[in-house]
Amino acid sequence: MNKIIKYVFYDIIRNKIVLAYTLFLLLLSFGLFNLGGSPDKGILSLLNLVLLTVPLISIVFATTHFYNSYEFMELLVAQPINRKKIFMSEYLGVACSLSGAFILGVGVPMLIFGASITGLYLLLTGVFITFIFVALAFLASVITRDKAKGIGIALLLWFYFALIYDGIVLFILYAFADYPLESATLAMTALNPVDLGRIIVLLNLDVSALMGYTGALYKSILGSLWGIGLAFGLMLVWAVVPLASSGRIFSKRDL
Amino acid sequence: MITIENLRKSYGKLQVLKDLNVSFGPGKVVSVIGPNGAGKTTMGKCILGMVLPDGGDIKLDGQSVLGKHAYRSQIGYMPQIGRYPENMKIRQVIEMIRDIRKDAKEVDEELIGLYNLKSMYEKRMGALSGGTKQKVSAALAFMFNPRILILDEPTAGLDPIAAEILKSKILKEKKRGKLILITSHIMSEIEEVADEVMCLMDGQLKFHETIAGIKAQANEERLGRAIAKIMEED
Repeated sequence: MNKIIKYVFYDIIRNKIVLAYTLFLLLLSFGLFNLGGSPDKGILSLLNLVLLTVPLISIVFATTHFYNSYEFMELLVAQPINRKKIFMSEYLGVACSLSGAFILGVGVPMLIFGASITGLYLLLTGVFITFIFVALAFLASVITRDKAKGIGIALLLWFYFALIYDGIVLFILYAFADYPLESATLAMTALNPVDLGRIIVLLNLDVSALMGYTGALYKSILGSLWGIGLAFGLMLVWAVVPLASSGRIFSKRDL
Repeated sequence: MITIENLRKSYGKLQVLKDLNVSFGPGKVVSVIGPNGAGKTTMGKCILGMVLPDGGDIKLDGQSVLGKHAYRSQIGYMPQIGRYPENMKIRQVIEMIRDIRKDAKEVDEELIGLYNLKSMYEKRMGALSGGTKQKVSAALAFMFNPRILILDEPTAGLDPIAAEILKSKILKEKKRGKLILITSHIMSEIEEVADEVMCLMDGQLKFHETIAGIKAQANEERLGRAIAKIMEED
């Protein structure tokens, strides 16, 4: 399996998109840290941008990569290699290289500007989000053979998680404002990995005091180390479920 | 060597293979013929596990191959249209496959030499002509000295010299006791290399005969005519 990952890496490095992604993140982080007075402010602005761009780039890049690797996979399938191995190598290759770009692009400026432990949470969140959205991208890619359709599904997923979902949650909150919605809000958060990531980082910044009752509830549940563990655990589920189902579809389809 | 039992496969509503039963022994060149869309390629891909059958079984030396992968080290496959990662060079593709198959004891580079592929090693796969891609496919199929070769229209797109090289390679490997399955539409070619002809029609076995048997049955000297006669008969 390591051998196949090696060739996937090799292919990714050659097409330079990951390099451009790293540079983009570096530029973004340096700029935001320079703008804000304290590193915490920088992290807050960075969080909002990261939660918008990382899912988008991960899902679009992973989907196009999957379709472009079709020939590569076809070549390997005729060899004595397990299909699951080929699939997992593709996944790990893409997810690890994007995560590497993220850690480099955001982590290095953080070290330079001396961010706190919250910075570490942001890094972890970014890595988890990358793994989740690459898994979702692979799911979109194995569902359909048509590249355009696959990318369309991937973009829809991104729209849903990054934009539409928050709208739905806000709508529910306003429509049922007369009822106690604290635990419902918490449950709704668990249904969107992007929101989970946002809350993990926000709760570790001072701004959580501004989030009202729900914020207090979040703080009491997710503020502890146990709660953060739970939140990351949920994100892990978000990565594993689409990955496992797409792997199953891939090993049962005709090539 | 290979036994196919009640093999069924459909793509959506289209039934490609309908309860196909056939078996092949070692040291034979079997030519798989049949009209376009008869299921020739699908049968080959089922043996390789690239296409997963809906029902039935494929056995290699008495053991089912469904859901397994290690057995593929004994099969060399040359696809009808070789598709390769476009930005990889010939050298990289060949080195990659050799790297993945490091456990193979014997490496046969005869076709690489005969096709002079080394002089084109630095060309990208995406820039190659169809014929050159076929040469790479052929070289890869024979490379690890497999016991079984599945060649899907191997000479289509090859120039006459390259086709002759391939044919003599096929005959050479046959003498070493290998089973070689070839799908082809070119009768003269079949007559040259094949021992048996297997005819698929609408996903079922029409006949599986030796070439001499076919000629005798149809009372025709030319293989093409004999086969046409048999196919028209029923």
